[in-house]
Amino acid sequence: MPYEPVLLANISKKESYTLRVYEAGGGYRGLRRVLKELSPRDVVEMITASGLRGRGGAAFPTGVKWSFLPKDHPGPIYFCVNADESEPGTFVNRIQMEFDPHQVLEGAIISCYATRASKAFIYIRYEYPLCYRRMQAAVNECYAAGYLGKNILGSNFSLDVYLYRGAGVYICGEETGLIESIEGRRAWPRIKPPFPAVEGLFRKPTIVNNVETLACVKQIVDRGVAWFRSLGVPPEPNNPRDPGSFGPKLFGLSGHVNRPGCYEAPLGITVRRLVEHYGGGVWQGRKAKAAVVGGLSTGVISEAEFDTPLDFSAPQRVGCLGLGTGCVVVLDETFPMIDFLYNSCRFFAHESCGQCTPCREGTRWALRILERIKAGRGRLCDLDLLMEIGLTIGITPGTTICGLADGAAWPIQTTIRKFRGELEEYIKKTNPHGYRETKPLPAMTGD
Amino acid sequence: MSQFKEHAADERSLASHPGAAPVLDGALRREIEAYLSRYPTKRAALLPALHLVQERLRQVSPAAVREIACLLDLSPAQVQDTLGFYGFFKQHERLGRFCLRVCRSLSCAARGGEDLLEYLCRKLDIRPGQTTADGLFTLEFAECLGACDMAPAILVNDTLHGNMTKEKIDDLLKSLAAEKDAAGT
Repeated sequence: MPYEPVLLANISKKESYTLRVYEAGGGYRGLRRVLKELSPRDVVEMITASGLRGRGGAAFPTGVKWSFLPKDHPGPIYFCVNADESEPGTFVNRIQMEFDPHQVLEGAIISCYATRASKAFIYIRYEYPLCYRRMQAAVNECYAAGYLGKNILGSNFSLDVYLYRGAGVYICGEETGLIESIEGRRAWPRIKPPFPAVEGLFRKPTIVNNVETLACVKQIVDRGVAWFRSLGVPPEPNNPRDPGSFGPKLFGLSGHVNRPGCYEAPLGITVRRLVEHYGGGVWQGRKAKAAVVGGLSTGVISEAEFDTPLDFSAPQRVGCLGLGTGCVVVLDETFPMIDFLYNSCRFFAHESCGQCTPCREGTRWALRILERIKAGRGRLCDLDLLMEIGLTIGITPGTTICGLADGAAWPIQTTIRKFRGELEEYIKKTNPHGYRETKPLPAMTGD
Repeated sequence: MSQFKEHAADERSLASHPGAAPVLDGALRREIEAYLSRYPTKRAALLPALHLVQERLRQVSPAAVREIACLLDLSPAQVQDTLGFYGFFKQHERLGRFCLRVCRSLSCAARGGEDLLEYLCRKLDIRPGQTTADGLFTLEFAECLGACDMAPAILVNDTLHGNMTKEKIDDLLKSLAAEKDAAGT
């Protein structure tokens, strides 16, 4: 039976972004029911039981995150909607906010009720001006209809929602970077702990959730925990730490495919099926060479690995960072991997916030090495040098505060591991006399 | 050396000019102050203030930095710190009437985004970050505009243009120039 989209059910309707159309499709009924029948604790328990994991990239269980809030805090508690979607290849939040802003907003209002937040900030990146206008219009409609403001729908729950516009910086998507940015500072991520749920925005307890996560919250409230858990991939029985990958997911598909776009499927669909069935195959009758599985940060897979299911744990089995944002970028057989690597390193060198030395220096040196290779002065040992950078920057080796450096490292590691032959070929061809000039540096041992 | 001169000019302009007319007019100040009630600290209104000023005045000059600082009880250095980090705000020259942001990240690059950036550089005879002499176009590269489904993409002020080609760029530039003439400026 083909899967019927839920998160995207609204978007093909005419004027789908208006309150009228959203309500006609059953919108805000969930919120009414929650306010009348459920306590905040019930909602937290429901979301925890559903196994919903954050859709923004880190895949942290949402209910667990909410339960970290201190009990009986005098307030205020803040809620931030992370709409600073900047991961290269990722655009699903844009589609959601442009065509179904009320679904996001209803999810946000329900989540604020569950977390007892009294103020919410929706942090939208500057590059999404239409999202900003549509979300602002939706917020205005909600105030007029009594879904926002004082004593929402006659309950004793009050909430104000404000939009906050970013200014073109990738790191604002990191939750503590986002918090610093709202406070009017440079978006330097904070050292954790304390986690934002304990001490976040303006040093008050704060929850930061992604746009798609909130749309899922709304659907779980409407359709129930059993529905949510009937979709996706259950936990691995042999791995007690795997909470499973339940629910629907929006997959963004772009690059060298015939039909790029945003598609909804249960978690666990393979890259191959996404490309063939939804994307209409690789463009111009060519074959695929590689694909990014979940935004640039997660690294690449080769064509042979296209049967990898897109759930929260499978991409790790082929050496990727994780599912990330679930947005796949396909590269065809003619696309040089050196260009991929260069593009990736240029992005992260540009976006490193400069706070931690390994990331600031590592991303820039990786870029300079690649510039040299592309200028025809590459050496084979440069690949080892790049690999060394890739293995030593980031949270995983423990040298940086946030995960940006891991995101920079994974494309380097995976490309060199999986396409070393092609890269060596390129260096030999472009630098036929000097590619063996120097020996690699002795590897750092760490002691 | 020229950079050094620029900084020296900054220092001078950051010092107070008692007689000078304010850069931010009353209406703009009130708009900035309207943000204050949203946040428990005044500093949180800084990014919205910078956006407002750049939107109205097409730049955030050192004098504007000083006035924003006054308005939000910050030092000019604190404002400068935030402003400099975001790299989005123009300080020393005005943003052109139309700001073209060309995406150069993976999905767009794979479909020819970087060629378009080069094409625009040649056509407008400027480099990314610069503005044409007539003040009409500012060219910027952008990192992932989140329009990968319609790569290659260009953001022109507040409007996204997808599936761009060189021909479409020619048409776009023509229609933007015409828009400017129609407005009679």
